[in-house]
Amino acid sequence: MDSARKPFELLVALSALFVSLVFVAACLAPWIAPYALGGLEEKQILQTPSASHWMGTDGLGRDVLTRVLYGARVSLAVGLGTALISLLLGTSYGLIAGFKGGNWDHLMMRIVDIFYGLPDMLIFILLSLLFGRNIGGLLVALGLVSWVRFARIARGQVLQTKELLFVESARALGASRGRILLGHIMPNIVGPVIVTLTFSIPSAILAESTLSFIGIGINDPYSSWGTSWGTLAQDGYRAMRSYPHMIAFPAAAIFLTILSFNTLGNGLRDLLDPKQK
Amino acid sequence: MPRLLLKRCLHGLLVLWVVATLTFLLLRIAPGGPFDSERKLPPEVIANLEAKYYLDEPLWQQYLRYLGGIVQGDLGPSYKYLDRDVTEIIAETLPTSIVLGGLAMLFAVLVAFPVGLCAAYFRNSFIDRTCMSIAALGISLPNFVLGALLIWAVALQLGWLQIGRWDDWSSVILPMLTLGAAPTAFLASLLRSTLIETMSEDFVRTARAKGLKESMVIAKHALLHSLIPVLTVMGPLAAALLTGSFVVEFVFAIPGMGRFFITAVSDRDYPLIMGVTLVYTAMLVCANLIVDLLYSFVDPRIRVE
Repeated sequence: MDSARKPFELLVALSALFVSLVFVAACLAPWIAPYALGGLEEKQILQTPSASHWMGTDGLGRDVLTRVLYGARVSLAVGLGTALISLLLGTSYGLIAGFKGGNWDHLMMRIVDIFYGLPDMLIFILLSLLFGRNIGGLLVALGLVSWVRFARIARGQVLQTKELLFVESARALGASRGRILLGHIMPNIVGPVIVTLTFSIPSAILAESTLSFIGIGINDPYSSWGTSWGTLAQDGYRAMRSYPHMIAFPAAAIFLTILSFNTLGNGLRDLLDPKQK
Repeated sequence: MPRLLLKRCLHGLLVLWVVATLTFLLLRIAPGGPFDSERKLPPEVIANLEAKYYLDEPLWQQYLRYLGGIVQGDLGPSYKYLDRDVTEIIAETLPTSIVLGGLAMLFAVLVAFPVGLCAAYFRNSFIDRTCMSIAALGISLPNFVLGALLIWAVALQLGWLQIGRWDDWSSVILPMLTLGAAPTAFLASLLRSTLIETMSEDFVRTARAKGLKESMVIAKHALLHSLIPVLTVMGPLAAALLTGSFVVEFVFAIPGMGRFFITAVSDRDYPLIMGVTLVYTAMLVCANLIVDLLYSFVDPRIRVE
């Protein structure tokens, strides 16, 4: 078993490195990008990768590297934002359901079941029609769909933990319900919740880039935030026959980011939640 | 058993009703109407159009009209394709989507089972590591990236297959691979890990102690027991295939229901959006129902409950 651990640990470390690179790109894009966002160069249209344009240029003469660096902001904002919204919503819902128990629990989990049975991609699309095709709208839409996962995990953990002896003794000592919930049960569910959090970031990034790729994701061409990797990939897909470099880099960015977060999630699960392995 | 079936059916109907109501409300609140166009239409024309599609009625009346229509299998007229009903469009495009999704599912099951079994049997060997590394990559590879990669490599570079057609068996291969890859990877690694977990159970030790060969232990004792977690994910997996199919239909320009859905979303063709959403939900509900039934088949304990 030990010999199997070593390469995996290396992979987790590499993934952590890549994720931090994406973070750096997202935070420092205006400073590290070689060209200005939205800068067009008419004489530099559809250049293949070279020393002056590491990832080439697109059909309007924009530097692809610059666009990919800025795109990291969209992906990370969507990934982290969705994860946070569904964490807050789902965990508190699950905590309450698990802690209340009985009919409350039954009713609340029925609602979760209904949400769970919905085709989530369609719900994103419907909600994004309502909230508009901007980052905020997409965050709300993705968060509203993915909170159920947190609710199920949190509830399951509470149900397990609240029967344990130390909770019983806290109750016997006269601790209030709020104190038991926050001080005794919460710390014990943090591990699984963090693992779920790490896995929900890449699924949000995947959903966002897929929607943008099929042309119904974020639609804000003049945003100073940068353009989604999914949109870049769609641009590149149209020109793929003659200029494959235009899709290769954004697609690789999406794939590697999702892969890194997933690997990181597996590493964290081994570390924080060995029971689930 | 009939009670379980009844309960599940009622739950499915409830989900469908919730989805119908939610889509109805969402799309009526959503900004931007179906008749917003670049060229301003005269208000009289808009009023006429709205009267034709009953958009001038109070909301609850529209809702009842809509629900009544669903019960009779009438999903209303399309706002975009003026001479066609939503039911008609769906009836025409759904079979294509089902063929694609069904083939992808079949592919996933046919490949994932041998691979998962093999990986579990030779656990921690080179074969196991290779299979599981490929599976880990497959789970993280978005299907539009894989689709583009396959088109580039197989169709454009090697010229083995043509793209942009949907007429014979060879045009199905690439879309099927694209759609089936992630489910295959997911099923294979799930099967491997449940099998390995099962291998440490007491009944497996008993089987070994009887002197059965390892391959027989896996095939006869561990495999059946490992089917339960695999079945559990079949429902969500069917959902992933359904929603994945409209990305794949977009990438490969396949005339299925998903592609119509995407256009309908950009056109704000409300009845078509609602119709497709309902059909997808209904298929999902059916998939979950079938899984539940298979479940009680494989695991007698569930039947007793």
